[in-house]
Amino acid sequence: MMAARFLRRALPVLRQTRSYAEAASGAPQMSFTFASPTQVFFKEVSVKQVDVPTLTGAFGILPAHVPTLQVLRPGVVTVFGDDGSSTKYFVSSGSVTVNADSSVQLLAEEAVPLDQLDVAAAKANLEKAQTELAGASDEAARAEVQISIEANEAIVKALE
Amino acid sequence: MVKFKILENFTIRLKSIKNIQKITKSMKMVAAAKYARAERQLKPARVYGTGALALYEKADIKSEDKPGKHVIIGVTSDRGLCGAIHSGVAKTIKAEIANLTGAGKEVMVVNVGDKLRGLLHRTHGKHIMLNCKEIGRKPPTFGDASVVATELLNSGYEFDQGSVIFNRFRSVISYKTDQKPLFSNDTVANAESMGVYDDIDADVLRNYQEFALVNIIYLALRESSTSEQSARMTAMDSASKNASEMIDKLTLTFNRTRQAVITKELIEIISGAAAL
Repeated sequence: MMAARFLRRALPVLRQTRSYAEAASGAPQMSFTFASPTQVFFKEVSVKQVDVPTLTGAFGILPAHVPTLQVLRPGVVTVFGDDGSSTKYFVSSGSVTVNADSSVQLLAEEAVPLDQLDVAAAKANLEKAQTELAGASDEAARAEVQISIEANEAIVKALE
Repeated sequence: MVKFKILENFTIRLKSIKNIQKITKSMKMVAAAKYARAERQLKPARVYGTGALALYEKADIKSEDKPGKHVIIGVTSDRGLCGAIHSGVAKTIKAEIANLTGAGKEVMVVNVGDKLRGLLHRTHGKHIMLNCKEIGRKPPTFGDASVVATELLNSGYEFDQGSVIFNRFRSVISYKTDQKPLFSNDTVANAESMGVYDDIDADVLRNYQEFALVNIIYLALRESSTSEQSARMTAMDSASKNASEMIDKLTLTFNRTRQAVITKELIEIISGAAAL
């Protein structure tokens, strides 16, 4: 019995150290670069979210998005800044790259802020393109007119 | 009279050098204006170009070291009088061709700019695949780059890897010949780190690669144009300075000769009068 008591005192009570899981080490910031050949809109800026229209559908990119490569279609890109504000741009085509380190490169062939587009001109172009489609003869001409229709439709939809 | 013939030669020479000086001065000012515009447009183009190359750097895509088809796109322009711009690119291309043919690879060259064609076609004519003209007169546009890329892709030359050789702009007085790599669709698709990238099918990758090719060519065109204008500015500046030096020296010699002629005349007259 003496030995037991002795043992009890000798062995330190092993306390299980419990603590909360480590806070996620600062969500990786998204380094966002958005440019066209003639103009830079964002250069390695940290933003909250970006919505992009791609050939496989529109999707939103947040920090720590799975890496991917996509090709853009004519449509609206919405950038949600860290302060909650959002700006919209119309892009004609291009590519978007999301890398493993959460950097995003959005390269558009042509990009304009939405407020610089004129919905009346877009509608007029759309009608013209639709009439041209009827008259287009060979594959290349048809493809060009269809591209024009797609782009103008997207502009009209974006502005309405 | 013989004496005035000598003086006439001098005046003709002086007049022609003065004309040359005027021309080089005005060329310098034109180059300076074009350079200012090119440098302004280079800034967004650089962001755009580095964005396009970011994937290859971050995914650390390297070209495989096996015998394959190589393509070199050399970017210069049509016009000369800009220092060592064209010869620098041609030298690098010649060295690359020697390296690659030594390693058993097949190399074809796309010349963007007539000057490059002139420098390469005599010695490396059989490596030349495409020639592009009308470069350098107006600032390069994205459309120009896409024309070059389309022709390359339509040429049917299935390259495994390649590089774009151009002059990268560093400052008003310095530029450096630089290379950027091009990868084929297969190399990119099979690279190890591409597995990280989600949801990529062959079609998307092909579109992406074609777009990236245009972007790289566009960056090279812009950098090359800025370097060329700054080099032309420097070259025309030193030409004008040399011309004014020559004018000063010639004017001095002219005056001395004129005085010698007059003195000789006087001596003849005086000694003639003395003989009378």
